[in-house]
Amino acid sequence: MHVIISQSQGKNPQKRDLEERLAARAMMEPGLDVSLVPHLYDMPADHPGLLHLQNLSGDFVLLSWLYPRASRWILDRQGIRGAEGISELNDPDEETIPPDPSDAVVDRGPVPSRRIYTIDLREPGEADAYFDELCRIRDAASLQMVGLDLSLPARDEVAKPAMAEVSEIKRIEQDAPRRWYPVIDYSRCTNCMECIDFCLFGVYGVDTLDQILVDQQDNCKKGCPACSRVCPENAIVFPGHKTPAIAGADGEVAGLKLDLSKLFGGGGDGDDLETAIAERDRELVADGREAVGASVGLPKRQSGLHQQPADELDDLLDAI
Amino acid sequence: MDSASDERADLTFAMGKYEARVPTDRVYSVHHMWLRPVESGLHRVGLTAYSVRLLQDVYFLDWSFEPPREVRRRDEIGEVESSKAVSSLYAPVDGRIVRFNDALMQQPELINLDGYEEGWLLEMETAGELLTPDGYVRLLGEVWDQTQRTLQGQANT
Repeated sequence: MHVIISQSQGKNPQKRDLEERLAARAMMEPGLDVSLVPHLYDMPADHPGLLHLQNLSGDFVLLSWLYPRASRWILDRQGIRGAEGISELNDPDEETIPPDPSDAVVDRGPVPSRRIYTIDLREPGEADAYFDELCRIRDAASLQMVGLDLSLPARDEVAKPAMAEVSEIKRIEQDAPRRWYPVIDYSRCTNCMECIDFCLFGVYGVDTLDQILVDQQDNCKKGCPACSRVCPENAIVFPGHKTPAIAGADGEVAGLKLDLSKLFGGGGDGDDLETAIAERDRELVADGREAVGASVGLPKRQSGLHQQPADELDDLLDAI
Repeated sequence: MDSASDERADLTFAMGKYEARVPTDRVYSVHHMWLRPVESGLHRVGLTAYSVRLLQDVYFLDWSFEPPREVRRRDEIGEVESSKAVSSLYAPVDGRIVRFNDALMQQPELINLDGYEEGWLLEMETAGELLTPDGYVRLLGEVWDQTQRTLQGQANT
């Protein structure tokens, strides 16, 4: 089974240390084939790290400094698809049932049967826990092959690496400068087109079936998550944003940390829509264009935005 | 410490039982950073005791670019993660960031241990307008009641 560790963006020594310890330990383990690639979100389509991922066949586990949902849909945008593998690390307390791809509004075509596991390196942040989970996934996969009556050849395949010498870690280190662009979660997207109406920078487009897609990733304005705020289904992920709901945290984000960015001067004021309008105007002006305020591309269905009134923390951070 | 006659004692701001220190030898941004002149036009910049108290134990710090770089006020420059919170960090004022404090990469806890000296974040050239220590304490007075209510509510969840 392939194990891909997608490295952190900065040079944080603690993050690098976790990546290296996990890679070194997994490398020694039979049946795990380890590679290190740059940060998943930053790699452009022609990056050797992405080509490596695209060439993998069979199940793989991707560990990155991103929410699992963000990783999954970044891969999807690059044509790297498979059934959603459920890691016990992501959701140790409850049984998660991945969304059924056939329920999606946007037709993405058939999903390959291989499994892709995406795991967040920030939680729990202990190399041992990740290592144990890799072994668990590997063992579960080989049992599954037995169950599918492929037992004899599959067992041989799985057993072989135990005898073989330790595999090397494959390192793909070509630089990947930081990027910023939206990632669509097609399990939530309803193809309502509010993002393409709101964004004035030519990021979104449609495919031949008139289905929304992120067409020009690098037209996006660094730091601006406005389209995510206007999306009525919370289907637009900016994996680098500090607000968990925008960065791809799943559902309820219990136990997550406070986002104090507003305290330190981030974001706009007011509700999501006002914030989105302010963010968009700021980017328009920075581009030498005219601010448009609320006159262009406002969501047709604003009601969804107001279902969650600002809580006390919002009031506090607005006040500061 | 040298007790020069023109140096005023530190101001403090009471966050419940915790006294957030506000030294008088520097100026402040409305977003909780201090700036102390180190030479002509060059300021050392760090997080105030008020903001560090809200963050609690800092254990990750990361910068978005390699200095030097021109920045505008509220440009995102990096991120901080603590035991209680995550946050982006923003330029406190227009200017030019000339260096980050490399010591924090290995020891981010310096922000907690000595946030007004060894735990400085960066050095920048700026001529921007900032708050006096008295002005900053006044600002804290205006926002603290609500801060307290909200954080208590968060802590009980």
